[in-house]
Amino acid sequence: MTTPLIVDPADQRAPGTGRAGRGGRATVPAGRPGGNRWLSRGAVNGLLAIAAAYTLFPLVWLVTAATKDAGNILGGNVFSFEGFDLGHNLSTLASYDGGIYFRWYGNSLIYAGLGALGCSLVSVAAGYAFDKYRFRGKEKLFAVVLLGVLLPSTALSLPLYLLAVKTHTVNTYWSVLIPVLVNPFGVYLSRIFSAGYIPDEALEAARIDGAGEMRVFWSIGLRMVMPGFVTVFLFQFTAIWNNFFLPLVMLSDKNLYPLSLGLYNWHSNANATPDFYPMVVSGSLLAVLPLIVAFITLQRHWKAGLTAGSVK
Amino acid sequence: MSTDTGTDTTSTTGGPGAPTAARGAAGPRRPARRGPQRTGLAAGLLLTPFFALFTVAMLIPVGYAIWLSLFTQKLSGLGFEGPRNVFDGLGNYVDTLGDSAFRHGFWVLGGYVLFYIPIMVGGALALALLLDTAIARARRFFQLALFLPHAIPGLIAALIWVYLYTPGLSPVVSAMHSGGIGLDFFSANGALPSVVNIALWEWLGYNVVIFYASLQAVDRSLLEAAAVDGAGNWRLAFGIKLPLIRASVFLVLLFTIIGSLQLFTEPLLLSNTGSSITSAWTPNMYAYSEAFQLNDYGRAAAASVLIALIAAVLSFGVTRIANRKGARA
Repeated sequence: MTTPLIVDPADQRAPGTGRAGRGGRATVPAGRPGGNRWLSRGAVNGLLAIAAAYTLFPLVWLVTAATKDAGNILGGNVFSFEGFDLGHNLSTLASYDGGIYFRWYGNSLIYAGLGALGCSLVSVAAGYAFDKYRFRGKEKLFAVVLLGVLLPSTALSLPLYLLAVKTHTVNTYWSVLIPVLVNPFGVYLSRIFSAGYIPDEALEAARIDGAGEMRVFWSIGLRMVMPGFVTVFLFQFTAIWNNFFLPLVMLSDKNLYPLSLGLYNWHSNANATPDFYPMVVSGSLLAVLPLIVAFITLQRHWKAGLTAGSVK
Repeated sequence: MSTDTGTDTTSTTGGPGAPTAARGAAGPRRPARRGPQRTGLAAGLLLTPFFALFTVAMLIPVGYAIWLSLFTQKLSGLGFEGPRNVFDGLGNYVDTLGDSAFRHGFWVLGGYVLFYIPIMVGGALALALLLDTAIARARRFFQLALFLPHAIPGLIAALIWVYLYTPGLSPVVSAMHSGGIGLDFFSANGALPSVVNIALWEWLGYNVVIFYASLQAVDRSLLEAAAVDGAGNWRLAFGIKLPLIRASVFLVLLFTIIGSLQLFTEPLLLSNTGSSITSAWTPNMYAYSEAFQLNDYGRAAAASVLIALIAAVLSFGVTRIANRKGARA
């Protein structure tokens, strides 16, 4: 339906190619009066800088506030070096309530790590099957997957909760883990990646060598589509790490909480007990670090995912 | 041992060179009957995990919610035996749609969307077009800086902004106070802009990156030809680039609308912090409070089904419009 217009994911060098193409175009504005050109260059980069300041400011605030004690956070003067208390904040975080914060951290890692791993495997297998095999009713089945993409996940969380109540699985690891193994958009992405990364000839060659279909998928297909696999994994990991509504409805046992729910709990206490403020703020900072690191180091992969999903 | 090619290789037009030759050699020995069955089995094996999970975690919950939405709890007789579930037909839907709190949620969403979508889509487009001009510097840095908020969990983003809105806590509010601007982010008039700002902060860079990626895919020779013909940066942006990335604009619009219907976390946090936001401010918050504050599962299920239905209808509508426009162009 959309495949012909989709950019080949194997060709994700967007910034590089863009700049190369632009070399020729840079001569265009040069024909204009010089003053005007400098003005608009200043305006363009100035506007971009303002937008970047808007997006970065709250993060800078988070970093500086995490180093302050409760009094200085409440005083609002987070940009001074007064009341530097990062070490104390971190040790409170580690010791409060028997170190429950790091238990939440571990839970988040389990939910997001296992969930994303399972989800990417399942999605890539399905996407590969949709791309490489012909069978009756294939496109109809794929349309069902696309319908699933349109279903809002929060509108699904409450029905999941009601079902979990019925099946007595509410407030268990499974109640949060199983729903995140499914991501129809991951299947959609995987089909595109499979078409872009796995040439049919490679599969054919393996079949000629006598490999069975499952072996062909496992040792040839999966290996070749690995960059796409990483993209799906990254997206799902982020989605699960960021998920709040599903754990909120499913979990009541503090020991099963992921970070988002735990921090929400602390935040609710902070109005009455200001001592919670430094814990919420430094806890939030630690909670966002893995994602920021992942996004900076894996830029190529999330850009590939965004492009494959949108350029159609 | 004889090799077995299995699939219907004869029908595919292979690439040039060695693979075709190899296939040609293997072709005659292929046992013709086993092919389609074997691939059918393989496709089934690979699709089963996804569709099993899809059934358990999507189809059954939705089906169960629809089923549950048809029942209501009635106190039996004198009320000694506790509540019973009674079939009520569409009663929950009538009640939910008739509840002014539920309808009010959609008015709030309407206001939110009117506010949010033009700023978001317009802002993201403008920034992407700026990034795509020849005179923009440090493109990688700007892309990353704009995108970074998307790596922040929605709950934490909302937490940060709630603190930045709170007088006494926030350097922004105190700076504005000393500048003579007394803005209350938690007041009745401030609630909607406060929520819009959080959502904008989270999603702006994400959409900029999507638009920028599609702008990069625009054929450069087209732009060079227009520039040779004397088109300036404005004409290039609005006359050529924008129409060419229409498809991405519609996609972003679609996902922004679906996302807006899910609005929950940000207003929930604001509602806990002395804001004028009530516990049923958006339809999702309504469904949540029906389930967890009033324990009315029938009503909660009906509200969830209605929200999903509206999201599906809206997405379908936007997709249809996008396809029609695409076909006409």
